[in-house]
Amino acid sequence: MAINIKDPSAVQEMMKGLWRDNPVFVQVLGMCPMLAVTNSAINALAMGIATLFVLVGSSALVSAFKNLIPKQVRISLYIVIIATFVTVIDYTLLALVPAIHKELGAFIPLIVANCMILGRQEAFAAKHSVGFAVMDAIGMSAGFVIALFALGSVREILGNGSLFGIDLFGAGFEPWVIMILPPGGFITLGLILLFFNWVTERKARFLEQVVAAEQARG
Amino acid sequence: MDNLIWIFISAMLVNNFVLAYFLGLCPFLGVSGRLETSFRLGLATTFVLLITALCSWFLNTYVLIHAPYLRLISFIVVIASTVQFIEMAIKKLSPSLFKALGIFLPLITTNCAILGLAIFATNRGYGFAEGMVFALGAGAGFTLATILMAGLREETEIIDMPALVRGTAMNLIIAGILSMAFMGFAGLFSST
Repeated sequence: MAINIKDPSAVQEMMKGLWRDNPVFVQVLGMCPMLAVTNSAINALAMGIATLFVLVGSSALVSAFKNLIPKQVRISLYIVIIATFVTVIDYTLLALVPAIHKELGAFIPLIVANCMILGRQEAFAAKHSVGFAVMDAIGMSAGFVIALFALGSVREILGNGSLFGIDLFGAGFEPWVIMILPPGGFITLGLILLFFNWVTERKARFLEQVVAAEQARG
Repeated sequence: MDNLIWIFISAMLVNNFVLAYFLGLCPFLGVSGRLETSFRLGLATTFVLLITALCSWFLNTYVLIHAPYLRLISFIVVIASTVQFIEMAIKKLSPSLFKALGIFLPLITTNCAILGLAIFATNRGYGFAEGMVFALGAGAGFTLATILMAGLREETEIIDMPALVRGTAMNLIIAGILSMAFMGFAGLFSST
């Protein structure tokens, strides 16, 4: 079931998760892990990698067994598959990076409840071949990692004056403590979404103008 | 008894599930458009949280001491199927109650607030009574946050604001301000 990596449609499936269908900024899914763990860039990255593992693993498994899964119980089966992968990554992180595991705490098991993952199984993995499902999963989770990292770094830079624990501004900087507290998460994501809407709207307006100009000419 | 009261207040106000832990955000942002709906959603969530506390206490005490690695899977499966059974029972026994709460039950069966409650209660080693009080407090906190949010959103509908801002972006910023207000409750604990 190998697929040609140069196949343009496979690459397209992957790239759409980065911007056009970005799970966080466009579809607004998976918010709960998104906001809870992004108080520093390193936590955000660890969470992103854990989500990537779970999404790729369960997408591959679901699409491999898509013909064997009865329609009536598919959602429950997806959840059990996802929960299995989450348990694996939970114990792996505990063994490899106990400090980060402790900081993320209950939010690693909560990856199960991330509606983005279940959504991809239902909307994509269950209908496509393993290769496409994996490409889609990689793209979607890359989009998720980008979103987590954007939020995490903004919050850490403003709230702590550092990035990855490295001091950026020196002693003169007064950290905006609110940014690493819960309200900062809501407000930062709100502002990022606002920016995203603005860019999308500008693009749409630009396209409209182009079309209008074409029509006027022809 | 003192301990139980503090667990309740902590879960409801100081460590509000929605505004401090970001749990249950999907229904919080999705269904908080109308005051009346959000109140019923809050009731349904509290109900499921209580069932969750019961299930997780039972699993922790009798099953999971033998196989801790099955914790996550068994929580999800047991909670989801118990809620499903109760949903069927309510449908049969009391159609009016089903009409009021039933439509929300599938929506909240495995959202992160439910699973989060089970995991937090386990990590903190809560017993039966503590777990139930914790669930009650978390449910009350969720209801409070959703009702406040719905009230604010109903107000914003009549305000003149740019179309660009409307929707999720604005709701998140409102939630941020609410969350900031709830942080004030942290002072309750330092005074004792």
